[in-house]
Amino acid sequence: MIRDNSETILSVKGLIASIDETPILKGMNLEIKAGEIHAIMGPNGSGKSTFSKVLAGHPDYEVTGGEVSYLGQNLLELEPEDRSRSGVFLAFQYPLEIPGVSNLDFLRVAYNSKRKFAGLEELDPFDFDDLVEQKLEVVKMDAAFLNRSVNEGFSGGEKKRNEILQMAILEPKLAILDETDSGLDIDALRIVAGGVNQLSTPDNAMLVITHYQRLLDYIIPDYVHVMANGRILRTGGKELALELEERGYDWVLEAEAVAS
Amino acid sequence: MSIQVSPINPVSTVALERSTYLSHLLDLAKATSNEIAWLQEVRDHAVLRVQEQTFPTTRDEEWRFTDLSDLLKLDLVTAAPADATAAELPEATHRLTFVNGFFAPALSSIDNLPDGLAIGNLSSLATEAQSYLGKQSGAEEVFTALNTAGLTDAAIILVRKNAVIDTPIHLQFISSASQPALIQPRILVVAEANSSVTLIEEHGAIGETAYFTNSVSEIWLAENAQVNHTRVQRDSQTAFHIGKTAVSQARSSHYTANTIDLGAKLSRHNLEIYQTGEQTETVLNGLVVARDQQLSDTHSTIALTKPHGMTRQLHKCIIDHRAHAVFNGKVYVPKAAQLTDAGQLNRNLLLSPKARVDTKPQLEIVADNVKCTHGATVGQLETDEIFYLQSRGIDADSARKLLVNAFAYEVLAQVPIDSLRQSLIDHVARS
Repeated sequence: MIRDNSETILSVKGLIASIDETPILKGMNLEIKAGEIHAIMGPNGSGKSTFSKVLAGHPDYEVTGGEVSYLGQNLLELEPEDRSRSGVFLAFQYPLEIPGVSNLDFLRVAYNSKRKFAGLEELDPFDFDDLVEQKLEVVKMDAAFLNRSVNEGFSGGEKKRNEILQMAILEPKLAILDETDSGLDIDALRIVAGGVNQLSTPDNAMLVITHYQRLLDYIIPDYVHVMANGRILRTGGKELALELEERGYDWVLEAEAVAS
Repeated sequence: MSIQVSPINPVSTVALERSTYLSHLLDLAKATSNEIAWLQEVRDHAVLRVQEQTFPTTRDEEWRFTDLSDLLKLDLVTAAPADATAAELPEATHRLTFVNGFFAPALSSIDNLPDGLAIGNLSSLATEAQSYLGKQSGAEEVFTALNTAGLTDAAIILVRKNAVIDTPIHLQFISSASQPALIQPRILVVAEANSSVTLIEEHGAIGETAYFTNSVSEIWLAENAQVNHTRVQRDSQTAFHIGKTAVSQARSSHYTANTIDLGAKLSRHNLEIYQTGEQTETVLNGLVVARDQQLSDTHSTIALTKPHGMTRQLHKCIIDHRAHAVFNGKVYVPKAAQLTDAGQLNRNLLLSPKARVDTKPQLEIVADNVKCTHGATVGQLETDEIFYLQSRGIDADSARKLLVNAFAYEVLAQVPIDSLRQSLIDHVARS
């Protein structure tokens, strides 16, 4: 939802980043306000996933230029855990398996570390159980998942639903979904998208990174950005996604080549 | 320019030191008292076995990675009884406690035994022990023979035919020495046909004085018997620990070992399984946590000799700082052991660039219709794993701890006693 007087949640200016001295991001610009849903689309290797990891603070990427302001503070100065505690959430493209750590314990530790950071008291296990029970509804997950090890032996769809469950519990201000739709069948896609829609409020913002237009049938974006070669080349409304679906990415790249 | 010729060949000096040291150990062992006539024969026989052998060096294949030179520097004396307090496990009604190898009746709990269970020390169960003690395969190995040469007492558990013992039995060995001593615990377990028992064997220490524990456990499973054996080694960080667990399994028996090695400056566990009947099952779960300059060595041998045997082995090591872990896992599948199924997996987690592991699966398979798998992995904590946890608000240090504990948990989850399992989880989390 686009509103003129919304607060700015994320402001990215001229962001340059590399991995192992190979430049990936080459001048990203993006501004996201409260209540908005942004989609970034682009061909493989355009730097979409790198952008999400840089925002979340992955240590393998080195930022060599530009700035990222999150709610008015320099996001790049914060440790990954402090970014999370401040309300930045990344739903992983490939969620990791952690054998030996129960999903419920993991969720509680994550939730309480955020509360502690905000100066609130930790929630005891009983109250937390109640909270989790409500949130399970969002992703239509069975309570049996809570007692299993984090993502261990989960199907692709279950892992992605588990990511959205974590998001539901952590209630982020800025949620970044990195190819959350990849590898999902249509039922799982509906559940995941439904969860995201339930969690979208006028106070938070979503950044949906996807390769396919299909997800955007279920999560309706306010803005669609086309990314290639480490930069955003074109920005439009939700109709841009349909055009990309129909015409592919080449015309955007060609238009860019002509312009430069 | 002149060439200096050393007047003494240094190799022969060390060899002399080692042979002197072994005879010194043997003297300490022999000096222990014994009042049982038949036992003297067993001891004398073992003395001869020791005298035939030499003290191991890293040139012996079995000791290639485990250098015992530091043990030679310990000026050992014969162990003496000492005071201690027992650490009780609430789930275990019955307990045998030995301090410095000496039975401590006051710290033990052997009243109100259920039908079919006899536990005690050698003086109370000598007749029952006679046909088993010192008879297990592998008795001639030098440290096993050294233990037998000084055999004065033992923790003895006899589970009679068809007896199913519901509560675990706690075997506690405490070292509390004021000067470095040779301490030689001994365990004998006999599980008769169709019986079932759970054992918790714990080795620990009071104080920081160095000592040398040389322990031997002999375990016999008759037909269809079940033994669940948890062995926890939490010796002092200055101690040397060499332990032998030798198990023979008759037809259709089931043996599970959960071996947890956390302590000692240098430790070596020789775990030997002899499947002597058809359709036997063996499950071995091992966890080693080695830190600082610890060396922790596990040598396991599984000999399948009859058809339809099954073994599952999971051995995990967590190695930090400059510590060193060694794993050698032998599996023998001779021609007679057709249709057997043997699986072995060794997983190692290195937490520091100076940490080291030497792992050697050793499968000797002659039978042609069997299923044998083995694998060994060596890894570090992955940046991506830590990042995933950080991205959920967990700081990097806690994330590392969480992942290490999770690695250990796969083995610790198998410990059948809640209080002990929790104390081990806490121990790993603290380290």
